[in-house]
Amino acid sequence: MNPISFLTQMLRIAIPYLFAASGGVIAERSGIISLELEGLMLTGAFSATLGAHYTGSPWIGVLAGIAGGLVFGLIHAVATIRYRADQVVVGIAINLLAIGVTRFFLKLAFQSSSNSPRVNGFGGSAAWHGLDNPLVWMGVLSAPVLAFFLYRTPFGLRVRAVGEHPDAATSVGISVPKVRYIAVAVSGMLAALGGVFLALDQHQFTDQMTSGRGFIAVAAVIFGRWDPVKAGLACLFFAAAETLQIQLQGNQLIPSQFIEMIPYLLTIIALAGVVGRAIPPAALGKTGE
Amino acid sequence: MSSRRQEQLEEALFPPLVALLVALICGDLLIMSYGQSPATVYRLLLEGTWGNAYGFGQVLYKTTTLTFTGLAVSLGIRAGLFNVGAESQLAAGGFLAALVGLGLSPAVPGIVAVPLCLIAAAAGGGIVGAIPGWLKVRFGAHEVIVTIMLNFVVLALLNWIVAAHLHVPETLHTPEIRAGVMPRLESVIPAFHGSAANFTILIALLTAVVGWFYLFRSRRGFDLRAVGLQPDAAEYGGISVGGVWLRAMTVSGMIAGIGGINYVLGYKHYYEEGFAGGAGFLGIAVALVGRNHPVGVVLAALFFATLSQGGLAIHAFVPKQMVDVLQGVVILAVAMSVPEVRAVLRRTRKPVAA
Repeated sequence: MNPISFLTQMLRIAIPYLFAASGGVIAERSGIISLELEGLMLTGAFSATLGAHYTGSPWIGVLAGIAGGLVFGLIHAVATIRYRADQVVVGIAINLLAIGVTRFFLKLAFQSSSNSPRVNGFGGSAAWHGLDNPLVWMGVLSAPVLAFFLYRTPFGLRVRAVGEHPDAATSVGISVPKVRYIAVAVSGMLAALGGVFLALDQHQFTDQMTSGRGFIAVAAVIFGRWDPVKAGLACLFFAAAETLQIQLQGNQLIPSQFIEMIPYLLTIIALAGVVGRAIPPAALGKTGE
Repeated sequence: MSSRRQEQLEEALFPPLVALLVALICGDLLIMSYGQSPATVYRLLLEGTWGNAYGFGQVLYKTTTLTFTGLAVSLGIRAGLFNVGAESQLAAGGFLAALVGLGLSPAVPGIVAVPLCLIAAAAGGGIVGAIPGWLKVRFGAHEVIVTIMLNFVVLALLNWIVAAHLHVPETLHTPEIRAGVMPRLESVIPAFHGSAANFTILIALLTAVVGWFYLFRSRRGFDLRAVGLQPDAAEYGGISVGGVWLRAMTVSGMIAGIGGINYVLGYKHYYEEGFAGGAGFLGIAVALVGRNHPVGVVLAALFFATLSQGGLAIHAFVPKQMVDVLQGVVILAVAMSVPEVRAVLRRTRKPVAA
């Protein structure tokens, strides 16, 4: 096995997870459960394809993807913060809505129920192994940048405060809803970038192309104990397992289905607290009455 | 009707009505974005579902599975638990039912074979439901995340068993089952000819009745609802909260598991990879719109089944993907209007004289 091809393939698999997990971390640290990462990624992928298709520019695609994620993030924020709807239900609804909306408009825009035409992406020269793509570097940096933001800036402190102790935050004059609106909006844009990377990397949108990656990101957030860097490492670890499975294809030692299970089984084990309990932010999920 | 009961009914019925209205408006916009007339498309949708026997049979078939998954999710919610695992519980139930059906000799009469398959289906779903229940009681692991993660694990495991050991070459399904097959409805009502509707629907309705009785007329159902409303108070009142949670997740899984026989014993007569096809997740929508009441769940299952079958009827005019959008809109609108409706109703009602 060639180590360079292993590392670059692992990185390309990890980028969507890294973006989505960063999005999940910031929303959940503010106290809003983030089960909608899958839907945000799918929306991001589709909007990016639309943007890149109509302008021919991948950068417009990136902006369009971010805008798509922002819209769905705001729907999530309004439903859970303004209307105090159940966060789990809204997350699941957004995932279903994203599948429906992308399918409907795929049909409307491209008269297809499976995929869009080819769009322009970034880079692609063989010598770079796919690393000449600015989104790869943005994805890699998203975790440390988010960590700096959460632990070293006043706004990061506020995000953590409203997620752990909203009453105390209110008593010192922080507007809890405002901080949460911003956190969930940023989460929508970050997670959407994961989908943008997928669509531009594959040069097209295909129906349900995120295929469960958003839930791997949810797993990474929990397995990484809601810490941006640890969640990022979890993403890399899950991606490494997947890469190993792909590169060992043909080797029937471990069936691929068992490799698929790894992130999910590890998350269940982490939640059960066998090796150090995963403890969520104290106010997570508590915006209802 | 007492005014208390009327207030409860208002709080239960308004959110789905609001959601229906919102969905209709969104539907209008989507239809018009495609340059069609909403009236024509809605008429086609109704004609293709309730307007002919085949279409209605398909609606009944889809209603059956959704009734099971909707009841499963709503039972969990009544106990204060969110079971997002109905999808894999449904699949596991169908899988074990298929295993028993395959193992039995075709000579075994239906009156013996069907109950055996049913028990297997309930066991399959029950095991998958019990795991998150136990993890919650024993370790405090949140059931939402565990059931989501378990969906992937269980489905991957079933896919592996079928792919590695059981499938018919070139397909993703098991060989055909000869024992324990559910008769189609067309065997007594010939008009349903060709539709997948089968006698599993009677089991679904029976489950709803038993579910109602269990929730509202039995001691255990009372305990379950008490835990769902106020776990601390229930514990103080002498109810074992952990015991109720474990039992609720297991029974919830069993109900979803039995739903698997609708496809496996009633329709295709084999287990196929991915047969659940999102019915478990839609069960969450059914429970929500049906306001976690067995009668509401059956009606909501009928509604979502109509929508799903209706998508096929309108496909020549508007892409059937429209109904996917409307499903999401309905769930979102109900989720958003439940707390809002309650707040508005309570504000407008006269305070009780002290």
